[in-house]
Amino acid sequence: MDILITGLLLGGTYALIAMGLNLQYGVARIMNLANGEMLVAGAFAAFWIFTAGQVSPLLSLVVVAPLAFAGNWLIYRFVMLPLVRRSRSQGQLEVDSILATFGLSFILVGIMLASFGGDYFTYSYLAVPFDIFGNTYALNRVVAFAVAVAIGVLLCLWLGFSRSGLAVRAVAVDPRSAGLVGIDVVKVSAFAFALGGAVTAVGGALISTFLTMDASIGGLFTMKALIIVIMGGVGDVRGAIIAAMVLGLAETAIASLIDPGLTLAAAYLLFILVLLFRPQGLFGRRAS
Amino acid sequence: MKHRSVLAGALVATLTGFLSLGVAQAQNVIKIGAVAPKTGPLAGGSTVTHWPNIKLWVEQVNARGGLTLKSGKAKIELIEYDDKTNPGETIKAVQRLATQDKADFIIAPYGTGFNLAVAPIFAKHGYPQIVVTAITDQIGDLTKRYPSLFFTLGSTTAFTKSVADILAKLHADGKIGNKVAMVNVADAFGIELAASARPIFKAAGLDVVYDKSYPLGTQDLSPIVKGAKAANPDAFVAWSYPPDTFGLTQQAMIQNLNVKVFYTAVATAFPAYGGKFGMAVNNNLGAGGINPDTAEMQTYSASHKRITGKAPDGWASATMYASLQILEQSIEGVGAADRAAVIDYLKNNSFKTVMGDITFNSQNNDHYWTVGQWQDGKYYGVASTGRAGEKAVRLKGGWK
Amino acid sequence: MTGRELRNITLSAIVLALAALLPFLGNGYVLSIGITIAMFTVLATSWALFSGPTHYISLATAAFYGLGTYVVAAGIDHLPYWLLLILALVAGAVAAALIGLATLRLSGVYFVIFTLGLAEMIRQIVSWAQNNWGGHRGLYVLTDITEEILYWELLAAATAVYLLGWWIGRSRLGFALRIIGNDEVVAAHSGIDTARAKVMLFIVPGMVASLVGALLAPRWTYIEPAIAFSAMLSFQVVIMALLGGASRLWGPLLGVIPFTLLWEAISIYFPNQTMLLLGIVFLLIVFAIPRGIAGRAEDLLRAVRPRGN
Repeated sequence: MDILITGLLLGGTYALIAMGLNLQYGVARIMNLANGEMLVAGAFAAFWIFTAGQVSPLLSLVVVAPLAFAGNWLIYRFVMLPLVRRSRSQGQLEVDSILATFGLSFILVGIMLASFGGDYFTYSYLAVPFDIFGNTYALNRVVAFAVAVAIGVLLCLWLGFSRSGLAVRAVAVDPRSAGLVGIDVVKVSAFAFALGGAVTAVGGALISTFLTMDASIGGLFTMKALIIVIMGGVGDVRGAIIAAMVLGLAETAIASLIDPGLTLAAAYLLFILVLLFRPQGLFGRRAS
Repeated sequence: MKHRSVLAGALVATLTGFLSLGVAQAQNVIKIGAVAPKTGPLAGGSTVTHWPNIKLWVEQVNARGGLTLKSGKAKIELIEYDDKTNPGETIKAVQRLATQDKADFIIAPYGTGFNLAVAPIFAKHGYPQIVVTAITDQIGDLTKRYPSLFFTLGSTTAFTKSVADILAKLHADGKIGNKVAMVNVADAFGIELAASARPIFKAAGLDVVYDKSYPLGTQDLSPIVKGAKAANPDAFVAWSYPPDTFGLTQQAMIQNLNVKVFYTAVATAFPAYGGKFGMAVNNNLGAGGINPDTAEMQTYSASHKRITGKAPDGWASATMYASLQILEQSIEGVGAADRAAVIDYLKNNSFKTVMGDITFNSQNNDHYWTVGQWQDGKYYGVASTGRAGEKAVRLKGGWK
Repeated sequence: MTGRELRNITLSAIVLALAALLPFLGNGYVLSIGITIAMFTVLATSWALFSGPTHYISLATAAFYGLGTYVVAAGIDHLPYWLLLILALVAGAVAAALIGLATLRLSGVYFVIFTLGLAEMIRQIVSWAQNNWGGHRGLYVLTDITEEILYWELLAAATAVYLLGWWIGRSRLGFALRIIGNDEVVAAHSGIDTARAKVMLFIVPGMVASLVGALLAPRWTYIEPAIAFSAMLSFQVVIMALLGGASRLWGPLLGVIPFTLLWEAISIYFPNQTMLLLGIVFLLIVFAIPRGIAGRAEDLLRAVRPRGN
């Protein structure tokens, strides 16, 4: 039971890391390797607001989310869109976007270094014990989980039941056909990319309450997010959430029952096994 | 189209030209090169320990007119490079400092792997390499191989032995049981420390009841802390890196891991550690240590804060500064930028530093701090291989 | 064709001879850059041998490189160095064959991220094995191999890769791969065993990367998993190969040289803003040179040559 809850809490953390990337790749078709840096940026914003203004990270989301949305929208408009426009095939766009966002991640690290230096930053918020069914957990992780669930549910509802969500899903399935039925693919892609970036930054702000980070740590999170998004299958946010939970549970189970030293090896092994038996990921569509 | 290929060719030519530029040396300037991570996984550590001390030292020396040579005063011209936590880059930068920039001296890089990668180059060009942030059990072999290599911070075994000694003594005095939970980060340093510790702990009569490793970058350390807690240990020892030092401490607080001895390795000595956790980490043990009450240490700490804007850490910072003081004293002792003479001087003289007196015995400093403890808001050295001012080890009494 | 091939071979031999003279300049810095260029040339060219024709972007270079490094690190105290090099080749080939078989059903971005995850998994397993069975063994590689020797070793490896690439290009395998790269469905219908061809070809960069890792292990003296399995290496190889153009054998070389020099220039003149500028350079490369320098060079040649030739 303890493993289950700890695993789910970790899964919530992972979902925060991955949902944003899923939107950016699934809809806008940009494999954003700068995802981790956006996470760290959100984390640092929360840190700064908390230490300078004593404002709770939860409240700081009010500022972090719109800023991240705007920033990512600008990135899509001025950096990604030219690539989208000139690519002749999806394969080429993927390669171009991987390389371009790799460069972007360097730029973001450089900007963060110039802004707040290379030191570790960390603070304590809600770092108190919280009991669930007799076992102790960190309250900040529970809160992060709750927010992850909330975001996930909101996203699923929006995507599933709203008109704009329908447009987004259409673009995720096939941009060309979506364009044919009158959907402004560019506008929807930009929106999805910006939203994905905002979700990631919010995730970063929440995670900063319990992890110690520095400007260079983004790559670690990008790697995790990539694994989760691909394992969950491209294009469906549910895939990313389920994959994140599965990963969190698997890692916790391995850590508690076998050997904590094998957690990441097991995580990647799980990723590889899923892809071997379902090359399109858990919820993905078979590429034609 | 044509323009672009021509441009590419011109670019290559220009770049090759740029790379061979070197500045002519002025008489009253002494060039000192430094390469260490400013980005990459180790940047967090080097930003606390390495770069601020270099900045502090250069400013202080230049503020009094420079180093005193026989030919007069010579100001330090610092040439910095970022090795991006990649030893290939460190090698290139050291080569460049030696052959293109014609540096008079080069400050040793940050990290064991990086110092070892460039040791052959330092040796080949005859640069003294006063290493700080490298801890290894191969000091004997390495110093024989590289006669310009000097170690200051100690050996792996010394660190693990000190911890074992502390635990064994507390056990012998009847203050704690002999059950130890030991964890380590699965990266080179953590692996070496754990491997060194296992036989030493056993020989000291300690019973390791939980012995696990975790990958670098693990985001949830609660299974480990819970596992350790379930084994009912008297002491918890973690051979850890900064992110997990913070993480393990946090988890131990939340899970209320009630041990009388709690040790985390790297970063326990960081001001940020004491800053984040406050009195909750009172009586926590960590690697290294200093004697913060000496006059030299207090002056150093104040200058560090004033010039770099932040406090020094309680372990390698002061030793880093000491290594620069040693370099300064040897250059001034020789009176010229004569590398061979400086290496000789290093081998045969004693140096007054913020850490106290330092002498190299076969290119190795034998007297260094091994274990420190947070006591009432300050990080003190509690165990060493011969440093004055060891404070008594206190037992941890809960996490409040 | 034969005249042209003869000309290419002579040209290559001259370039190789000139390159071999580099250590005699006596400049350690130039030599260290030469080692970097040689190393990436070997890695990028062998990478392009697979990814050029098949258009599959593999980020597994670091996995094989690390494997080779650890074969040497673990064995250096017990076996002679030349034997370890052979072992590294074998290990790389075996691992690549297994991985090649595993990735057959993957395509596009799934393949890319799979290879990335793979490198990480191997790194984790090696770290764990190191932790549980190694201790301080397998961490120190103390040899007398100098930078000059290393450089010539890499040049030899580069020559071997070029010869291999040239031979593959002329062989049935190469022919099959070109068809696969153009249209895999057509290839399958023509009776080509696409799976076998792809796996066989995937073994090449795997073996080569493992060899390079083994060759370079003595340079570090102290081996850490983070150094041996750095994902950055995989990305650098991909970018250099794409910059130069992955569809020609000599393409990656045209990417390696300017990229390495640019990287170096930025590190020298902007030590405090290296990341930022490198990122801007990456972006510019992606925008300005979609088909690589080799692609551009070919366009230029075609434009200059009289029509109807």
